[in-house]
This record gives sequence, structure tokens and C-alpha cells, in this order.
Amino acid sequence: MTQLKMTVNGKAASGEVEGRTLLVQFLRENLGMTGTHVGCDTSQCGACVVHVNGEAVKSCTMLAVEANGAEVATIEGQAAPDGTLNTIQQAFQDHHGLQCGFCTPGMVMSAAALLKDNPKPTVDDVRHYLDGNICRCTGYHNIVKAIMAASGQDVSAIAAE
Amino acid sequence: MYNFDVEMPTSIADAVKALGREEAQPMSGGQTLIPTLKARLAAPSVLVSLHSIPEMKGVCKNDAGDICIGGATTHATVAAEAVDYPALASLAARIGDPAVRNRGTIGGSVANNDPSACYPAGVLGSGATIVTNNREIAADDYFLGMFETALEEGEIVTEVKFPIPEVAHYEKHLQPASRFPLVAVFVAKFADGVRVAITGASENGVFRWTEAENALSGNFSASALDGLSLSGDKMISDLHGSGKYRAHLCGVMAKRAVAAAS
Amino acid sequence: MPKDHGIGASSKRREDVRFLTGEGNYTDDINVNGQAYVYFLRSDIAHGTLNSVDTSAADGMEGVVKIFTGADFEAVGSVPCGWQVTDKHGEVMQEPRHPVLAHGKVRHVGEPIAAVVAETLEQARDAAEAIVLDITHLPAVVDMKEAVKEGAPKVHDDLTSNLCYDWGFVEENKAAVDAAFEEAHHVTTLELVNNRLVANPMEPRVAVGDFARGTGDHTLYTTSQNPHVIRLLMGAFVLGIPEHKLRVVAPDVGGGFGTKIFHYQEEAFVTYAAKVCNRAVKWTSSRSEAFMSDAHGRDHVTKIQLALDKDNNFTALRTDTYANMGAYLSTFAPSVPTWLHGTLMAGNYKTPLIYVNVKAVFTNTVPVDAYRGAGRPEATYQLERLVDKAAHELKVDPIKLRRQNFIMEFPYATPVAVEYDTGDYVATMDKLEEMADIAGFKKRREDSEAKGKLRGFGVNCYIEACGIAPSNLVGQLGARAGLFESCTVRVNATGGLVVMTGSHSHGQGHETSFAQVVADMIGIPEDMVEIVHGDTANTPMGMGTYGSRSLAVGGSAMVKATEKIIAKATKIASHLLEASEGDVELKDGAFTVAGTDKSVAWGDVTLAAYVPHNYPLEEIEPGLEETAFYDPSNFTYPSGAYACEVELDPETGQVTVERFSAADDFGNIVNPMIVTGQVHGGLAQGIGQALLENCAYDSDGQLLSASYMDYAMPRASDLPFYDVDHSCQTPCTHNPLGVKGCGEAGAIGSPPAVVNAVLDAMRSGGKDVGHIDMPVSPHRVWEAMNS
Repeated sequence: MTQLKMTVNGKAASGEVEGRTLLVQFLRENLGMTGTHVGCDTSQCGACVVHVNGEAVKSCTMLAVEANGAEVATIEGQAAPDGTLNTIQQAFQDHHGLQCGFCTPGMVMSAAALLKDNPKPTVDDVRHYLDGNICRCTGYHNIVKAIMAASGQDVSAIAAE
Repeated sequence: MYNFDVEMPTSIADAVKALGREEAQPMSGGQTLIPTLKARLAAPSVLVSLHSIPEMKGVCKNDAGDICIGGATTHATVAAEAVDYPALASLAARIGDPAVRNRGTIGGSVANNDPSACYPAGVLGSGATIVTNNREIAADDYFLGMFETALEEGEIVTEVKFPIPEVAHYEKHLQPASRFPLVAVFVAKFADGVRVAITGASENGVFRWTEAENALSGNFSASALDGLSLSGDKMISDLHGSGKYRAHLCGVMAKRAVAAAS
Repeated sequence: MPKDHGIGASSKRREDVRFLTGEGNYTDDINVNGQAYVYFLRSDIAHGTLNSVDTSAADGMEGVVKIFTGADFEAVGSVPCGWQVTDKHGEVMQEPRHPVLAHGKVRHVGEPIAAVVAETLEQARDAAEAIVLDITHLPAVVDMKEAVKEGAPKVHDDLTSNLCYDWGFVEENKAAVDAAFEEAHHVTTLELVNNRLVANPMEPRVAVGDFARGTGDHTLYTTSQNPHVIRLLMGAFVLGIPEHKLRVVAPDVGGGFGTKIFHYQEEAFVTYAAKVCNRAVKWTSSRSEAFMSDAHGRDHVTKIQLALDKDNNFTALRTDTYANMGAYLSTFAPSVPTWLHGTLMAGNYKTPLIYVNVKAVFTNTVPVDAYRGAGRPEATYQLERLVDKAAHELKVDPIKLRRQNFIMEFPYATPVAVEYDTGDYVATMDKLEEMADIAGFKKRREDSEAKGKLRGFGVNCYIEACGIAPSNLVGQLGARAGLFESCTVRVNATGGLVVMTGSHSHGQGHETSFAQVVADMIGIPEDMVEIVHGDTANTPMGMGTYGSRSLAVGGSAMVKATEKIIAKATKIASHLLEASEGDVELKDGAFTVAGTDKSVAWGDVTLAAYVPHNYPLEEIEPGLEETAFYDPSNFTYPSGAYACEVELDPETGQVTVERFSAADDFGNIVNPMIVTGQVHGGLAQGIGQALLENCAYDSDGQLLSASYMDYAMPRASDLPFYDVDHSCQTPCTHNPLGVKGCGEAGAIGSPPAVVNAVLDAMRSGGKDVGHIDMPVSPHRVWEAMNS
């Protein structure tokens, strides 16, 4: 067993893990932070996306020990301390960018990574950036629209409702 | 996953030492290896992470003008920093998805030599040199077949050196499920000739299409490939396309790569 | 102006807040103190005799609690099938036993053979690897037509053949239909495959069984669309647990699309094992397990024919379908190709004579059951491909041919036993033609051609039947369950309401839309209404959510219960107002005596119900809580017209959807934002079926598309923005809200439009292949273009 220490959403977190423990298992099982989800075992669905040292990664495809000492950000840390949704979360609600909610944490974390690097993406940029995030409910229309809106761009031309 | 110890060496020398342990296996970005471990298709007792070795990271240029990329450099870093070799940066920028690109590395991809991976096409198509902890291997001598390379047990890819061509382009047709290339072609035009490398198609992994290279070396235009074709016999045939279809796509992708490069 | 609250408003979804902040409570987020984990050892061969399962080496391994095999479940019931179809000879279908763990034989890749319960999942998996199986391989049957041939290997040795049933509908019409074909001026024939799909909700299935020895209470947490149905099926038929000792909780469920309707072995296993092991047992499916254990969808092979007279009127239709059941009968499998398929074969057309034959076949594959649309997509695909093919054979405009044959008067009794209450197919087609900008197509095609691409345009219509009902009718058709829905409305003393519904939301947004209805009826803010669902302990016996039934059936039960509440509250109010009950009306959250300014607020009335100091106790009981069960008198019949425009790369065969327009008639609409979102999701699944998704087996019964590496899930970059309209509204005539259901339309209505568009593009490139099977992959298109 290895003793780990990292910062998760700005707070110190620690725990004991095996070599094989995945980062997502550390978050869900050691820390009880179940907002990060597991939807596949081939690193494709993106329900598990978190940020490690500011970069989006699939937490199901990274060993927990590799995140030792890192700054990790998860869906639980995205809203303000008083619960106010951040711009991306609010845009997802405003534009109905989620249905069952299972892929949503990964979608929000991927969207945040995209907008950090590319604050005014095109629709095409958004769609391709989401190649590693699968949603089965929304058909992506409203996810793409929400991310465009979160970037401050006018989405009124994208079919309403 | 079976359990294993993890070593996280911070130098190449320590990594090589760690790989001397019984049943040790190197892991770079882990984007292929971790899913393989989850399926219990590999059972290392020690996993040696190559992710914390500063001397294996980064993109720079050597005196010969080659782009040198550390083996543990992520696809995202190559996409952002290989500005002197836009076709290579573009290849890196289109591997997998953004989260995978933030972890996956050139060394890992080249060492794994998946028959449908992108980097082998870029490396072979550029005539790059694979640098390991104890030697340099020309790309033409390195890729030996599906998942097979010239690497010895415990040998790690520390760097890949790319000569910069006059023009180059990587064109790929996606397998719709995995998003790996169904067929992809890397074309690079150097002063002394053209190289064409194809991934995704052959049962033997990445290969050079010499007939196309010869035709393009005389006339670097898509039309130079008219009438050329590959046989589908030794091509991968699966749910997503027959060998014949893949052979056809080789021609289409090659032409498009040339058109985009010229 | 769009409304800002109540029925008709696009209220933002309240459930989003927890989903967006990581505070959802999905089944895998539930952990019970002291729980153990189960790993299922699954068959990796499709068909074999299971000679022995030797657990001796595994039993003593570290962490192992107990290992179960098929022998442990011999005394336990068979996983039941909820629908019994009677065939064309009046015989009931062949129904095999479906064991919790395989015993004697394995019948598909993925069938669980042994289950290891251990302290950790990895320990369970380690021990599973030490179990020694002795299996004699048997030849597998995969192809349905081969499976029903004389001498084919039998999936179930105790059945007479692999034919589950041979269903004829309507059998009495067959001779007349055949005669009409004899007299036809033109006959169009089409053979096609409706490709097997995997539903793939993003949340894999999970089941946690718990048992309290002190009370004898069982609890099952499970990813289900219908917890009460699971409680009944598992409790009564598999494990023999009375319902009052069994609680089933389906908390936040991450998508279902049908595949979480069914009762699965894993649910029964964890419930049973929790008692045997006297500790909670948890199972979490991996995605790879999901591919070989979640019920699959579709998988029909059909020959369909249309007879037309000299004026291009449809005179008769007949179909022959082989429907794959897989190795066992999943919960509602027999109903899908019959009552959910044959009854829809009239589509939007007044074809007077129809005959449908369906042969349901056992094969060595994962069981097949309902997937979004369930039978209706198969019917729509056949019919709308066939009509398009007829139009091209007859050289008439496909839209014109459809319009000419539309049903124009309602109610309309079809020759396949159902009666459409309302619809306006002309209106949706008019709307579609406007949305699709048909006039601009020529220019768009020229632009594509200038880039070396082909462009095609395709349309289709669809009709679906939602809110499957009524119970007494479906009982006659073979359903072994009622298909009502339930609701309890509890009004608290301070005026807030808790609405406990038997419907279940797994993405549909009921917590928002159901609250809109109740708030609107009473005239109070939506946030005064809480919707509770998903737990048998605190909701009335309900049938759950599938078949686009929630609002039409569950919403109707909710309206009925709320009406009872309002009736009683009006009585209380009239007492407080000292007015006659008939003079008191509820409006905007207050009871007013008509024609006066005398009124009493909703909250004062609800308080009086629980603090009945000034209260007509001699006439009515205190309290304010009512339950209603609603059993509809008919299906609802949403309909619409869809158009797709594709671009096709003739060099690679790659098809991209450039435009997609959907004009739907869902009757009245409660939350337009949610309805549009439902259509979007359905369209993505329909386009996915048409272009990408394919669950394939090889001839040995090995699953070739066993993960996302080979099963192509639609990504954002595969899909366009959709143009969706639901302004054409012919309200349902037989439910109180006039609603029809919208959850499946997109998946039902889109595949034929896509394929019709692809064929149109190919024709514009000089290649008329008549038909191409889904998924229309680049490989298939290229082969067709070069055939």
C-alpha cells in the first residue's frame, strides 16, 4: 500500500492505495466523492474526466499513485462555495444540456478544459473536443449549445428549446 | 487488474534499473496499457511509470535541425510545441481525444506499435530515428510487425528525432467506434525523395508504400498516384472494413494527403 | 408569448442542480456497511454442455465469502417472461426456463455460470479465475433462418425447435391480403435487416442486495426503470419473497432506453446472496459485461411487400419477419415483434388489408428485448423504406405518394386492430416541407457536387403507439401484468405537496414536468411541489417508465389524484368560506366564492385539513392525501414527418448528416424544452442505428462488437444540430392532459429518412442499388457504389 497526498478541489486529501488503484477509485472509494463516474472500461466515454494539474484526464485511465502530490479538480468543486453554479454548469441547465446526468460531470469538466484553452470555440471545435465524451441522452445538440453559450457567444441562431 | 507495485523513477538510469526487476513493465501514458490491465490481459508485478522523468519530456531542435521529442512527451505537448513540423503537430492533435492526448505519449505509442496507431505512420513516414536508453534505431529498422518492434526487453524509447520535410500531411479515415484510423497515410516530401507510410491497413502494422513513393518522388501531385493500387490480401479485414476496402482507402488517403501537403 | 410557469412553460429542470454538481445518487454511489462484492464468471462460448463447475481451488482463496453455481439455484424460480404470445395456430409460445446461473448448458456468450462473492471485487475476480469449467462445445445457432431449419442445433433441448412462436396477424385477413396482391397493378418488394443494437445507457447496470436478518426485510438497490415491476417479478416468481418484505429502490438512474425495464439474473442473485451470506452484496457491471448481459434490441430480418392499384393507392401490405429472441425470453421480448410491431404496420396510411407474420427464434445470442421504440422502429423502417422504394419504382414523388395515401379522418380503425384517436398527417408533412427548405435543396446539392460529394434528401412519416393500454386488452394479448399507473398526492399542512408517482425518471425530467402540471392545476409555484419516484417503500404500486408512457399514463394518474385533492380542498374551503361548494372555485392558489371578493388561500385550507378546529368533521375526514390509479382506454398515437439531408463522399463511402428536420405531433405539451430534448436524443439514437451502430456476432456466436472499440457510439462530431418542431398538435382525446408521449419518436422516425437520403445521394451519383442495410457504414456504401 502507498500513502498518497493530493489536493482535491483546493483541499488536502490523503489515503492508502494499492499500485493498481485508479484515480477514479481513489476519488469515489477512498474520498467518497462519487460525482466522477465510470461508464466504460476502454477509456472512451469520458464520464470520469477530471483535471489533474489543470489538464483534463480520464481518471479511469490514470493510476492514483501517478496523481500523488497533484492538484485535482472534480465536478464537486465547480460550483461556488454557496452552491451557485459556475458559468458552464448554469449554461448546461439553461440550455437543457443534460438528461440522465451520468455523463454530465465529465462533460462539464471537458467543457471547462476546452474553454480554458479556447475561450471562443467554433461549433466544430466544440464537437471535436467532445470526441472523448459520450452522451446517450441529449444527441449533443444542447450540450454543444450550452458550451457555446458558456463561452459568451450568441446561440440564438441555434434552434430554440 | 492484477495487483502490481509501481515505481516512479525520475531519471532514465533509474527507469532502466527498475525495469530490471522480475516481471517489470514500463508504462508511459498508460492510455493503452491501463485498459489492457483492466481486462487482465497483462500481469506485470512491477509497473515502471516513465511519466516523471524530466529528461524524457519536451520538444526541441538539435544542431542537425531535427525535431527531437522526448519519449514521455504527451500528444498534447507535441501538438502545441512541434511548431516547426506542422504535419507532425497536426497528427498529434488528432490522436484519440483531448484527455487521452494529455496523458498518452509518443514513446508509449511507438513502443506499443498498435497496427492502427497514428504515430507509427508519422515516425516511419518521416524517416525518424528512435532513440532508446542504449542506441538509435532508424524507423525503417524499428517497426517489425503488429505490436512488434526492434526494442529489446527493458529497453525504453527515450526520444524520437524527426528530420523536417519540405512538406508533409497526415490524412486519416476513422474507424467509427474506436476512433483509431481505419486507414491513415502520412506523406512527407524531402529534398531527396518522398516517403509514404500507412497505418491501420496492414496485418503487419505500419508500412511504406514504395510504389507511391517512387511515383511521388518524380511528380509530387495526387495525380501521380493515378493507377497505383495496393492489394487487399494482407490487409486487415474486420467488422469495419474488408481488406479490399482498406486497400482502396490507402489510395484515397494518400492522394488527399499529397493534395493537402502540396 | 411562451408561458413562464405551469403547463406549457419551458421550466428549467430542478434535477439538474444535483447532476451538475456531482450530487446525483446513482446506484453505484450507494454502499452498504459491510458489503461484499460479486464477480460473475460468464461463458466465453456461445453454446455448450456444462459438465461441471469445479470451485474447489477457488473456495479457500483470500477474501472469498462464498461461491455460487447453477446448482445453488435449482430450487429457485426461473427468471420470468412477462408476456405470452399465442401463435397463428392458437398455441402458446415455447417458453424455456431461464436460470439465475447456468445449469446443464450455456447458451450465449456472457451467460453467468458462477458467482464469486468476496471481500473485494478483485479478490472475487481472482477466485473466479481459479474455477475450473468442463464444457463440451456444441455448434452454435446464430442465423435465424438457419436456426429454424430441420435438424438445426437446439438452443433448448426440451423445446421442440428453436421457433418460439409463429405469429400471424390478422390471421383471418391473410386470404384477402393474398387475393389483393393477385389483383395488384404494381407490387413493391423489399428485403431488409433491422440491425441488432445495444442500448448503452451511459450508466452501466448495478445491483446491491441487502438483508436484515432481524426483521427479514430484503432491499434491492438497482438501476431500473420500474422498481415495482422488479419487486413483483423477482419476489413472486424467482425468489418467493412477499412484496411487503422486499423493497426495491431505483434511485437516480443514468439512462435506460428500455434495457433497464427488464428483470435480470444479477438482481435476483444479489438479493438471494445477501440473505445467504447475511451481508450486503454489490454488483457493478463493467461496460464489457454490459455488452454481453444487457438485453439487446431490434434484430429483425424482414421481407415486406406493398400492393398498389393503377392510381398508386395502397391496396394491401404483407410482411414476413424473423425476430431474434436470443437464448432466453427477456421480460417483454415476445411482445416487441408482435403487439408493438404488427399493430403499427398501417403506419400513416389507409392501406385496407394487412397481414403480418412474425417468427420469433431462439439463437445462441444475448436475449433481445425492447430498446427505444421497441417494435415501432422496426415497423416504421420497413414501411417507410418500402413506400420510398415504391415511389422510385413508380417514378412518383415520395412525398406525393405518401400524401395520397394518408389517413385523413379520425378516429381511424386500422386493419391491424388499433384505432388512432387523432392525428393530422397533412399538417406535419406541410410543416416538414417548410422546415426542410426543399426549394433550397437543388443549390445545396450543387454545392456538394462542386466539392466532389453527393447529396441526398430523404423523408419518412411515422406513427407510434404509446402508453400501452388498457390492462384488460393487453391481458387478452398475453401480458402478464397490468399497464395502469399510480399516483399519491400528499398535501402538507403548510400547503406544499409531495407527489409520489409510479412512473420513474431516468433522464426524462419528471421532477420538473410533473410538478408543472400539479402546480398549474392548483395555481401555486412549482417549487411547492416535490416529485418522489423510484422507491417501492414510498410510492404506490406503479408500472414504471417505458414506451413513452409517463405523462400519458402516469401524468393522468397524477391529474386524477390532484383532482381528488382539489375536490376535497374545495369542500374544506367552502366550509371556511361558509359558502355552498358549487360556488367556490380554485384559481391562482386561492378559493374564491364566485362573484364576491371572499376568498381563502390554499395554505389556509391545507392547514385546516390538519388542524381541523373549524372543519366539517362530520362530513369529511381530516388530512389531505389522495391516491389514484389510471388505466387508459387506448394507446396514444403520436405521429410526424421527418426529413434528412446527407452528404456522401463517393471515394470513401462516408456519409454525414447535414440537416435533419423533425415535425412531430405529440398532442399537448407540458414542457417544450424537455420535449425537444427527448426528440434530440431519439434522433441521435436513430441516426446512430442508421449510420454507426451494429451489434455483430460471428458464426460461432462470438460477440464481435463487445466494447466501444467496435460498437460505434454516436459522438458530437457525428451529428448535426437538429431542427425540431412540435407546433402541430392534435390532443389525445382520451387522457385528461391530451398528451401523447415523445420519448421514442426520434428513434422511431429517423432511420428510414437517413437511409432514404443515402439512397437518393447514391442515385444522384448514378447508382441505384434499391436498398442498403443499416448501419450504412462507409464500407457498405463504398461496396454498394462499386458493386
